[in-house]
Amino acid sequence: MSLLEEMNQKATQQGIPLSAHIDITWKCNERCVHCYLDHEGKNEMSTAEIKDVIRQLAETGTFFLSISGGEPLLRRDCFEILEYARQLRFNVKLKTNAVMIGAKEAARLRRLGIEQVQISIYSDRPEIHDAITKLPGSLRRSLEAIRHLKANGVKVSISNVLMKQNARSGMAVRNLAKEIGVEFHIDPTITPMLNGDRSILNLGISKEELDEVFHTEEFIGDVGEFCAPVATVDEDVLEGYSCSAGHTLAYISPSGDVFPCVQFPMPCGNVREKSFRDIWYRSEQLTELRAVQVKHLPTCSGCGHVAYCTRCPGLAYMEGNMRGPSTSDCAKSEARTGIPSAWQVKSGARPGPSLVQIRVA
Amino acid sequence: MPTTETYLAKSNDIAARTLGDETIVMSTLDSTIFMLNPTGTAIWQAADGNTPLSRIIEDKVCAEFDVPVEQASVDARQFVDELAEHGILIVSDHPIPQ
Repeated sequence: MSLLEEMNQKATQQGIPLSAHIDITWKCNERCVHCYLDHEGKNEMSTAEIKDVIRQLAETGTFFLSISGGEPLLRRDCFEILEYARQLRFNVKLKTNAVMIGAKEAARLRRLGIEQVQISIYSDRPEIHDAITKLPGSLRRSLEAIRHLKANGVKVSISNVLMKQNARSGMAVRNLAKEIGVEFHIDPTITPMLNGDRSILNLGISKEELDEVFHTEEFIGDVGEFCAPVATVDEDVLEGYSCSAGHTLAYISPSGDVFPCVQFPMPCGNVREKSFRDIWYRSEQLTELRAVQVKHLPTCSGCGHVAYCTRCPGLAYMEGNMRGPSTSDCAKSEARTGIPSAWQVKSGARPGPSLVQIRVA
Repeated sequence: MPTTETYLAKSNDIAARTLGDETIVMSTLDSTIFMLNPTGTAIWQAADGNTPLSRIIEDKVCAEFDVPVEQASVDARQFVDELAEHGILIVSDHPIPQ
């Protein structure tokens, strides 16, 4: 077991929110067509309130801190917040579109010891990237920022979210990341808006395109290993949890609402009304979530994919039941293995296995 | 008069958090992760740039973990050297301003 896995296991056992994600604003200078936020900057926490939350997170044991938005650099106090987080010795990741990062800002991020800056790049072609962000010149500015960060020794990760508009851009962006010498991650998931609006799901890539992503070595590594169905469903799997949301991960919105994860909009309390510690350890919602083990999931516990499925309880919650399937992950499991999920069969979306089967030696 | 004392300070290029009696330390330069056990955590927490290592060993290691000073000194020195090698701890024979 690696040290990181050991840390996570201990944090789970001790109920420590090892990771936290704070959106310091939902305002943004881009208007990405697939974004799950409404960009209204109402009721945002002040600098002092955000610092107080960060202090409370340090006291509760949080080590990994993601500062994000919206576009976090739109807040004039963003660097002050980052500096405070580093003074408290957090491992800090900054999620930004980077269009406001020039040479000076890149050097400042290096001096602060920011662990990584994560930047979304949708295509190597401005006409595609800028059409998604709706900000002319955004690809050029984001790439310039990446080069400034790289020149200053700041670790950068390019995140490539796929949708209809850029479904075939993955390889070009991956090659661009390789050429610049930064990390690359591909993400084929479009998620509903936090306000419940599901219309942006129509932007998701097709089943064929998802199949292609999951069978491309440059994106997922060893295709044989990634796509192999796993038959073993043991006690460890059934007594485990779908993910770290609410167990070792917390999300805090710009107005101080605490959720298990940014993709899990189940309100658990607000840091303007209660301490973070109080919410984390006493919220009824988090207590209920933590009691849900894989064996308690009515459909998923009996699904053949359960051992490796990327089921997201937050997306399931947005579909109406946090114990139900997150159907976009059913689609992913099917794309990986070619085998429909239990929910896909049960709902009639896919035919069940044939009664007559042929085995060839 | 030459001093034989060793002073320790935490580098700025680290992230760290103490969970219970253990401490996670991560270098922001190369992302190397260290997990310090309770004895290492005691030394880590006392590394304020002003307290000599010999006093940290006496007050924080020998007193709290009931080990003889000779053994504690050897182990502590090895611990300090390893963290210093990775740039996690700054070591000097003079107090280190923070």
